[in-house]
Amino acid sequence: MPDNKQDLIDQQLQDLNNDGVDRRGFLKCMAWAGTGLVWTMSGGIPVSRAFAKGYGKDAGKGADFSFVQISDSHIGFNKPANPDVTATLQTAINKINAMPHTPDFIIHTGDLSQLSKPSEFDTLDQALKGASAKQIYFVPGEHDMLSDNGEQYLERYGKGTKGTGYYSFDHKGVHFVGLVNVANLKAGGMGSLGHEQLEWLEDDLKGRSASTPIVLFAHIPLWTIYPDWGWGTDDSEQALSYVKRFGSVTVLNGHIHQIMQKVEAKVSFHTAMSTAFPQPAPGTAPSAGPMKVPADQLQRVLGITDVNYVVSGRSLAIVDSPLGDSGSSASGNVGALGVVDSPLG
Amino acid sequence: MTRKNVWVASLATPVVIAMLLLLVGSVSVRANDQPPAANAAVKIDNFVFGPQTITVPVGVTVTWTNSDDIPHTAVSTDGVFKSKVMDTDEKFSYTFTKAGTYSYYCSIHPKMTGQVVVR
Repeated sequence: MPDNKQDLIDQQLQDLNNDGVDRRGFLKCMAWAGTGLVWTMSGGIPVSRAFAKGYGKDAGKGADFSFVQISDSHIGFNKPANPDVTATLQTAINKINAMPHTPDFIIHTGDLSQLSKPSEFDTLDQALKGASAKQIYFVPGEHDMLSDNGEQYLERYGKGTKGTGYYSFDHKGVHFVGLVNVANLKAGGMGSLGHEQLEWLEDDLKGRSASTPIVLFAHIPLWTIYPDWGWGTDDSEQALSYVKRFGSVTVLNGHIHQIMQKVEAKVSFHTAMSTAFPQPAPGTAPSAGPMKVPADQLQRVLGITDVNYVVSGRSLAIVDSPLGDSGSSASGNVGALGVVDSPLG
Repeated sequence: MTRKNVWVASLATPVVIAMLLLLVGSVSVRANDQPPAANAAVKIDNFVFGPQTITVPVGVTVTWTNSDDIPHTAVSTDGVFKSKVMDTDEKFSYTFTKAGTYSYYCSIHPKMTGQVVVR
């Protein structure tokens, strides 16, 4: 499924330059590229919902709760790939607010800002104040800890967290763990959790029932997607060894500004779209820098992620919604998770 | 070895030494004729330091310029120098006063590494 989806995305990106696909077909395919993710945990059966079609009326029905993941807002970025990232963040928030069921909370998986500037964090805070969900959980991206070892970030978003900003919380029977893999990065390496955090994680999970659904979230993917671009975390294997005994593990990441999914045993991995700008598929460009798409197509490669959970089944369903195409739908099951990605617009 | 050969060898040695001296002299003259080697440049483009290894004489100032749409840093792995965050088109300079090999990386994107060799 993920491969098909990636193929579709790749194909569509190629087709941007020729007329091989009509508009209808294009929209259908591009729906996969969206960033809205609805996670539904329902009766042990993976449930996928089209963000726009299915989500319109039935979304969240029968779900015990839902939450939304947004990522990579990069407030302060103003280059051609998206000269107005505040506007697209606002579109994402509007999308959340238009959901028929208010999500219990929002998780932001990092790169809130472009340059860790106070004004950038201010703008983000101001925009998020308008979200229907008031509780927002954060983990930092590398852009949020640029010059001050993350002091600014920790002061604003890391109250009550440990070390570089990691923490855990429980919500309606699900255990959530926010991890930081962007601090103290070593030359030549990828993302890193570090010894101290790994020890804390092991301790945090110790004694919990194996039937507790676990959601790990961090900025850089906790699985190796493309080492040449640093798209992975050097010591993630260690972290994942601590969750092996659990029946349902979901890993949510950002950083790569596109949807990627993988299932390994009982662990489902998912990366979200950015609300700011897309990045190229691994190895398809000279670097991982911002990818410029035609302005009228930008919102189809940006988006949010909605996650629904039903306690009885302890399964999650994910819907990714692009910012730009309200009529789009996309779905895919990831192990215990049903995943649907939808763009912003 | 014949007498003649010895003579050639004894004559040749001072000649070679003189030529070497001339060569060294011309190098030093050339160096004196120009202002002290001033600048060397490293360009950051597509998440790569270019050139990845740059060799410079002692006293040279190396300037990094970020040509990407994404911020980068140049940070010595041994703590010798550390740039501020360079946004697009921003620069960072450091003057190398001691010979040695200085490895550095981008602390935001640690896969990006480079070297300054100072002679």
